[in-house]
Amino acid sequence: MIRVVNVSKSFADRTVLHNVSAEFEQGKTNLIIGRSGSGKTVLLKSIVGLHDIDEGDIYYGDIHFNSLSFNEKKNLRQQVGMLFQGSALFDSASVEENVIYPMDMFTNLSKKEKVDRADFCLKRVGMENTNNLYPSELSGGMKKRVAIARAIALNPSFLFCDEPNSGLDPLTSIMIDELIKEITEEYGITTIVNTHDMNSVMGIGDKIIFIHDGRKWWEGTKEEVLTSDNAELNDFVFASKLAKQIRYGNANQPIRPYISLG
Amino acid sequence: MGLFHTIGMYVLFMGKVFKRPEKGWIFYREVVKEIEKLGLNSIGIVAIISAFTGAVITMQTSYNIENPFLPSYLIGVTARDTILLEFSSTIVALILAGKVGSNIASEIGTMRVTEQIDALEIMGVNSANHLVLPKIVGSMLFNPLLCILSIAVGILGGWMVGLFTGIITTQNYLEGVLYAFVPYYVTYAIIKTVAFAFIITSISAFYGYHVSGGSLEVGQSSTKAVVYSSVNVLLFNVILTQLLLS
Repeated sequence: MIRVVNVSKSFADRTVLHNVSAEFEQGKTNLIIGRSGSGKTVLLKSIVGLHDIDEGDIYYGDIHFNSLSFNEKKNLRQQVGMLFQGSALFDSASVEENVIYPMDMFTNLSKKEKVDRADFCLKRVGMENTNNLYPSELSGGMKKRVAIARAIALNPSFLFCDEPNSGLDPLTSIMIDELIKEITEEYGITTIVNTHDMNSVMGIGDKIIFIHDGRKWWEGTKEEVLTSDNAELNDFVFASKLAKQIRYGNANQPIRPYISLG
Repeated sequence: MGLFHTIGMYVLFMGKVFKRPEKGWIFYREVVKEIEKLGLNSIGIVAIISAFTGAVITMQTSYNIENPFLPSYLIGVTARDTILLEFSSTIVALILAGKVGSNIASEIGTMRVTEQIDALEIMGVNSANHLVLPKIVGSMLFNPLLCILSIAVGILGGWMVGLFTGIITTQNYLEGVLYAFVPYYVTYAIIKTVAFAFIITSISAFYGYHVSGGSLEVGQSSTKAVVYSSVNVLLFNVILTQLLLS
């Protein structure tokens, strides 16, 4: 489980996160949703330690993440896998080398054991027999799958996914979503997915946290998303004409004007 | 204030770079890769520029000492000392600042904007150490060889042009090259080359590592890397010359 308590973060004089508190449960796909610029990526990067927070506390299980030393954070991060928006595969390395990379750095496995593990991870994400290809030879969806294989190579306890569906077609998006959910349940990982894709919300969202204007605005399940009376959440969830038609019976229902609370 | 801030950031960055590598064999493998990428791939340009510069120095010296009271072997002396003292260390370093510096800054900058460096950090890898230290070590090990190659090819270029244009005989040129030779000049050139290798790789890596934004900023960082590496090479050329030759 990961817990954030009253986390605030500013860049220069602009406050991006205001006292955000949330719990992300183990073995579940926890989603952070919100409009572009709402602060969800900053929240995700703060949780993994890519941004230093100004105030608040972050706990990985019982471990107080903020107070860890550099080396302690380094050790903890070996239990963390992350899927980046752009996949972040190493361009100069083949698919197999990308997946083997964390094992090279942090294990003493033999070459054969590492290759076997890489084969297993690649097979798990449906990318077998691509070991010798380079990232430039892969499609967006394939890159995402290889990035997932790399993220799970060390059997992580925590998986972070930043906009895993961005730039993907709907079918590939669903495939990536299902893969994340399956892996989360299979290995009992605490997974946090940062998304604004409503298909992901309805498909894999066990627990959903809605960030609006840098604040936690709403929290619930995917079933509750559809019946909530939270106005800002409804504006986000039912933004498309089709969704409006379903919700309000009127596709031309106007979207409420965006009111900044910062 | 900006200058001090940048120097402070550079010192902190070097603090991250000069840490014990995670795995010795991975570090060794990366150093070998960098020697190939930054060193072996620079042999061609260093050789071409050295040969032509050696030739031009010989020709220009010849045209400028057309005096019956000056012995022609002075052409060889001038070519040797110019190449040895300044060209093969400093000018080659400036050329490498352009070639290698922009390469390093754009490579690391692209890794930064495509989140590859974040991916390394998330894994628990010291990205600065992992990406930059092999480049610094590889360059500091290999650039002295480039310097020696440049000296040899430059002197050879001077001899060839003398031979083909007839401005100096082989005997006179060789006499000049060997006349009053100070072996310490080779040491001096190599010490400068090692220092310049560190300057070029560390400054270029610094600008690449601290890019934020997109392709435009990567290009800007690449330009900054070349400019600041070159300026620092020139600055430290003066300092090292004062320290080593005074």
